[in-house]
Amino acid sequence: MTTPAPAATAAVAAKRGLGAAFIFKKALISALVALVLFSLMIGVRTEAGPEGQLIYWTRFGDLGAMVATVFFGSIAIELLRQWWGPIETVRVIPPRVTSSLALARRAIAPILLIFTFLVPVIFYDQRYILDLGILVLTYVMLGWGLNVVVGLAGLLDLGYVAFYAVGAYSYALLATNFDLSFWVCLPLAGILAAFWGVLLGFPVLRLRGDYLAIVTLAFGEIIRLVIINWQSLTGGPNGISGIPRPSLFGIPLSNTDDGLAALLGIEYSPTHRIVFLFYLILALALLTNWVTIRLRRLPIGRAWEALREDEVACRALGINTTTTKLTAFATGAMFGGFAGAFFATRQGFISPESFTFQESALVLAIVVLGGMGSQLGVALAALAMIGGFELFRGLDQYRMLVFGVAMVLLMIWRPRGLIGHRAPTVFLEHSQTISSDLVKEGR
Amino acid sequence: MADNHILAVDNLSMRFGGIVAVNELSFAAQRGKITALIGPNGAGKTTVFNCITGFYKPTSGTIRLTHDDGKSFQLQRLNDFRISKIAKVARTFQNIRLFPGMTALENLMVAQHNALMRASGLTFLGLIGAPSWRKAENSAIELSRFWLKQIGLLERADDAAGNLPYGDQRRLEIARAMCTEPALLCLDEPAAGLNARESASLSELLLSIRADRGTSILLIEHDMSVVMEISDHIVVLDYGVKIADAAPQAIRDDPKVIAAYLGVEDDEVDAVEQELGL
Amino acid sequence: MDYFAQQLINGLVLGSIYGLIAIGYTMVYGIVGMINFAHGDIFMIGGFIALISFLILVSFGLTFVPVILLIVLLVSMAITALYGWTVERIAYRPLRHSFRLAPMLSAIGMSFVLMNYSQIAQGARVKPVPPIITGGYTLYEADGFVVRLSNVQIVVVVTTIVLLAIFTWLVAKTRLGRDMRACEQDQTMAALLGVDVDRTISMTFVIGAALAAVAGMMYLLYYGLVDFFMGFVAGIKAFTAAVLGGIGSLPGAMLGGLLIGLIETMWSAYFSVEYKDVAAFSILIIVLIFLPTGLLGRPEVEKV
Repeated sequence: MTTPAPAATAAVAAKRGLGAAFIFKKALISALVALVLFSLMIGVRTEAGPEGQLIYWTRFGDLGAMVATVFFGSIAIELLRQWWGPIETVRVIPPRVTSSLALARRAIAPILLIFTFLVPVIFYDQRYILDLGILVLTYVMLGWGLNVVVGLAGLLDLGYVAFYAVGAYSYALLATNFDLSFWVCLPLAGILAAFWGVLLGFPVLRLRGDYLAIVTLAFGEIIRLVIINWQSLTGGPNGISGIPRPSLFGIPLSNTDDGLAALLGIEYSPTHRIVFLFYLILALALLTNWVTIRLRRLPIGRAWEALREDEVACRALGINTTTTKLTAFATGAMFGGFAGAFFATRQGFISPESFTFQESALVLAIVVLGGMGSQLGVALAALAMIGGFELFRGLDQYRMLVFGVAMVLLMIWRPRGLIGHRAPTVFLEHSQTISSDLVKEGR
Repeated sequence: MADNHILAVDNLSMRFGGIVAVNELSFAAQRGKITALIGPNGAGKTTVFNCITGFYKPTSGTIRLTHDDGKSFQLQRLNDFRISKIAKVARTFQNIRLFPGMTALENLMVAQHNALMRASGLTFLGLIGAPSWRKAENSAIELSRFWLKQIGLLERADDAAGNLPYGDQRRLEIARAMCTEPALLCLDEPAAGLNARESASLSELLLSIRADRGTSILLIEHDMSVVMEISDHIVVLDYGVKIADAAPQAIRDDPKVIAAYLGVEDDEVDAVEQELGL
Repeated sequence: MDYFAQQLINGLVLGSIYGLIAIGYTMVYGIVGMINFAHGDIFMIGGFIALISFLILVSFGLTFVPVILLIVLLVSMAITALYGWTVERIAYRPLRHSFRLAPMLSAIGMSFVLMNYSQIAQGARVKPVPPIITGGYTLYEADGFVVRLSNVQIVVVVTTIVLLAIFTWLVAKTRLGRDMRACEQDQTMAALLGVDVDRTISMTFVIGAALAAVAGMMYLLYYGLVDFFMGFVAGIKAFTAAVLGGIGSLPGAMLGGLLIGLIETMWSAYFSVEYKDVAAFSILIIVLIFLPTGLLGRPEVEKV
């Protein structure tokens, strides 16, 4: 055993000693910055007065409280950081824990699936939980759909909500105008969304990275604005109401003589329909998942991932990059369209308000947070985001604030998402996951 | 003998703005042989490659590729992916372009994309898991296994390509190009960054590709030991112009070539050689 | 023709505002290669700070408009610049060398934060102010139609031109501008040659935010109102302008801004107000189809 070099010990000691002063100085600067930032925005409150003229009053108490929060918050964060060490610090985890963690990781997907199947049984009486479950599953499906485009093919799509909207409006218009049943409209909605995906994708898919991002964003906005303004078709801002509810292959879930309850000879309950909707979206989401997993092992899926890795190499191997991108775009759009149709039939009412950029951002956040390309990750991220969002429902007006802060913190904590590694699609001897450091993101 | 040329480049020129990268270049690559394209840095070798493989559209000139069955293609008219898909020209890159996040095996599977796409009935047969697709997939895996064995990477088949050592990546890129079953294999500096032992095994690999598969090879290379050992024919470029076109032995003694590499005028070569004691 | 001339003036004024915001997008994109989604909200914050400082100055009894304007301009530029600095420090710097999408998502999160923050701090209702700069000039009158150039329009355009001149000088001639261009080319090399990369990037955000603050104040002067949601729409338009001009190119951002302003105004004037944004976005898509890197963007050369 050698004793540590005296110089090093001294340095550590010096750092410890300096610690308090350093922390204090940092907190002071943070507080000062906060004071300037908040001075006018929080220290002064403006509002239209009785005569319509703007008046203002001061809120120095609030300002003081905010600045103090920043000061002490900064100290707390700095202390935490010193206790934890640098961000890169790898905590030594005993092998037994690691192996049981690996086991838990393998078990998590089946357990989650079984639990999801049982949700309507366990929470039959809790309408709130069922509704939340449906909402989460809708986002799981949207996430899985967008994952094809962003996670697999590496194409940045900021206007995914456009296809969600196309699906919803296709279903609503077809069902209300032509009286078609849900099971006819659902595939049609998916096909129409895919068609729009191709229509948008065809001219713009040779754009790279951020140019593609802004074009998809613009497309999302165009669709929304057209929906708002084409009043004769879409009802404009008032939306479309009276969208028919889905039936169980022709048997309505209503309190009528030909309803499902009456046919089965059980007492009618509105919960039946909620449970039905729950299993419907679960089936749709699982279909999305199954198709995606299947596609990944087919040449098209491999070409998507190869495209994300290196487009030039793909062309040198004779892969038609345009059609490959188009199929990814169309596949993602189709799933978005299915989800949209489901959304319309569940709500019974749709309006342009449900299809804003925030929605696209939310789905994208789910995909990125999930760890791009990972199906399980996306599902977990959807659960965390939507569930978390619901938890903060009580905070009401602070909800978006908390949501935004969470997004920033999550990205800093795990820039590569919850599940950051990639599983190979084919193997000779044994499948080993690939570290996210190697996996490219596309351009 | 025009019949025996797999590739005939005729009066090829490539200009970037005012710069003439390749000027009125004509040469041919013989079927089943290894042709090397050499020249000092900036001579326009990679530009020629990019024209042949469709990454650049030549300003003028023709590039004709003739398959064994006599089918011929005007490469300057085909665009990027069709050159590999239809004309069966495969290439590697000067700075390796593998799919780093995919395994070695997956890299080779991606290379068989077009064949597998057909076998999977444009995905639909594959989606339902049709037996014909399963068979095609298995034979694709077998082909990949064959090439992994050829390049000595069978044990690392399931490792991410980005995790392989540099020399292995170079060979994997060649194997990936071979998985497209090309008629002409274009290699852009395959020995760059390899040590002497790796260079030797690369030469061996290329010779075996020529011997066993009969694939014609066109390569750019700076490593003269590799070039002289394996080439059947050498074309020398300098400032975008062909200065020599002959068998290796003749190239070695050509004063124009030596002058280009030493950066002096032709008539000074003797003097410089004497100074250097060559 | 007179109608057209009037619309031209209106379009150029609106375009100046978009251009000022677009420069912030393009600068940040040039230097760190990310879409700063929170930039539109920085513009909104700039508008709010201008509004509040204006109210305070007026209640202190200041009446000389040029002095008010100058003070409001300086205050909102300073405070908003600090917002830009803080946002970069908190949300982007930790992700500097991370994966490409991480900083973008972080920026979207930051955009939500800023939007919601002003909503909570200042309320959700639109804040109107009475016209601060009144009057104007009649350029000419014909057939009963008057082409007017109002003083507000003059102020907006002149301020934009002056700031652009200062800004161009800053980038072209000063040490900071040189550092910024160096970082744009190659951050590692710039750092090796003694450029303080962190500081340079911070300054890029600060300058971008200051220009956005100017745009926010101009918006307040021109339209006489601010609200917490205005950053989103204006931000998307300005970003569209930056991309249209060729993202990374400073003259491109201004040109794109002017074009978007003109398209919007002309479309509203001659076709329909409802579809003005659709027209702007459609033209963006059409331009990108033919010029994939925008009007003045450098074409991307693919090295193989």
